[in-house]
Amino acid sequence: MSAKESIGIRSFRFLTGALLIIWLVLPLIPLAIWSFAHGWFFPNLLPAKWSMRAWEYTFSDTAGVIDSLWLTIGISLAATVLSILIGVPAGRALGMYKFRGKEFVELLILAPIIVPGIAVVLGIHSVFISMGLNNTVTGVILVHLIPTLPYMILVMSGIFANYDPAFESQARSLGASPVKTFWYVTLPAIMPGIIVGGLFAFLVSWSQYILTLLIGGGRVVTLPLLLFNFATSGRNDITGAIGMIYILPGIFILLLTARHLSGRSGAVGGFGQI
Amino acid sequence: MSDRLKIFLLLAPALLIIGLLFFGGLLIGLMRSFNYMPVIGLTDPDLSAYKSVFTDREFYLSFLLTFHIAFTSTVISSILAVGAALLLRRQFVGRAVVNFLFQLNLTVPHLVGAIGILYLFSQSGSFARLAAEWGMIARTSDFPALVFDPYAIGIILQYVWKEVPFIGVIVLANMQSIGEDYESVARSLGASRWQSFRHVLLPLIFPGMLSASVMVFAFTFGAYEIPAILGANFPAALPVLAYRKYTDVDLAARPEAMAMAIVIAILSGVMIYLYVRYSRRRIRT
Repeated sequence: MSAKESIGIRSFRFLTGALLIIWLVLPLIPLAIWSFAHGWFFPNLLPAKWSMRAWEYTFSDTAGVIDSLWLTIGISLAATVLSILIGVPAGRALGMYKFRGKEFVELLILAPIIVPGIAVVLGIHSVFISMGLNNTVTGVILVHLIPTLPYMILVMSGIFANYDPAFESQARSLGASPVKTFWYVTLPAIMPGIIVGGLFAFLVSWSQYILTLLIGGGRVVTLPLLLFNFATSGRNDITGAIGMIYILPGIFILLLTARHLSGRSGAVGGFGQI
Repeated sequence: MSDRLKIFLLLAPALLIIGLLFFGGLLIGLMRSFNYMPVIGLTDPDLSAYKSVFTDREFYLSFLLTFHIAFTSTVISSILAVGAALLLRRQFVGRAVVNFLFQLNLTVPHLVGAIGILYLFSQSGSFARLAAEWGMIARTSDFPALVFDPYAIGIILQYVWKEVPFIGVIVLANMQSIGEDYESVARSLGASRWQSFRHVLLPLIFPGMLSASVMVFAFTFGAYEIPAILGANFPAALPVLAYRKYTDVDLAARPEAMAMAIVIAILSGVMIYLYVRYSRRRIRT
């Protein structure tokens, strides 16, 4: 089919492709320019003066951006580790076994993907008040599990559906302990799933805004909260700099996992929440 | 150990977390929306919160706006995503770049996209500056309001920017695993390009597109930060309105906020159900 295609169709394809490229990067450009601008007033197409002021402020000790960066990394890492610890066994149950009520269990686990976070977080907030979890990092980590855990389970049940448990029984019959069997047989086989699912869980947690805002009560200031505050207070230059920092982990994770993102993997569904 | 016990133990931690946090949160929200909270001495459930929500004109305006945002964004994103996937399954100059940007875009949080759209389309944004440069406008107020506007154009632009790659990646993977054989057969039997797309390819990629667009609808209906950055003050999107009620200095507004949260949960469930049913029927005939 492709050999007979006319110049017209080929150039149409090239043009729409070019348009798509421009549209995809367009919103990130003003953010990048603002971070180097020293005042950038209407109707200037480009800043009249450039400076590193916003970046110097962002990396200074007084701004709190770096503290917030570490806090966000810590919260997302904790949510990821918990999701892996809880999600791998659940994924194994759903991927390898057929049992009565399985569809119902799947529905329970997938419900948080469809029901908006705002609908559940208000209720959680009033429970967390009585448990003393409000305004704490622990509370924020727990509430981040609502969006991260379902994806981890989804990815892992896909991995376990293609996993052959015969290797485990062979290892056991040759005298390996359950712990050794898990460490030397199961874990290496499911590692790709844990890595991809874990990176996704990290990104989903990384992008949470309203859950952190409500449960953290303004005391747990993660990077998106800081970004929102600067954006709504009109400090465009600092907003630009924080925005650039904020998208770095995503780019890094993309470079690591690009070949897993064929769209056939359940992991891609995670992007619906970022 | 029996299989049943094993399955139970494997699932227990996940069900405990999701049950306690997610369904617990929903349940407490439901109780509070009925003014029922025995712990703090409220033992007589009533419907007053729902009454004040459903008699408030702002609620209906917010609902219409939120539905418009979610519906329009989902439909536009789905159509453009299929177009983009059709483009990306062919060889052309720059395909690798588009592919990479598609995936890059998936990792950028919505909040960053919203700020980017704000800087592009606001009345002193990049496009207004371009218009001024070309002499099309003299003052910032001459530029059409595309953010903080009643039609939520900025919000929809942001969602389209973010969701076309999301749906597109899933649809493209579907197309690649289906291959082109079916379409070739249809074409050799005399079908036009459009017919082979409409009656052969589209029904095949539809399930994948539908599940992706359901996720988009749910997200766009319930998201907070994007309408909070790009939306008008009145009417605000439902999640923004619920958050405002919840953080109101008047604590009496909290049950109202809870009622709104429950309404958001129910509405998104109902609309997703209808959307799936309706579009399945449409595409089969």
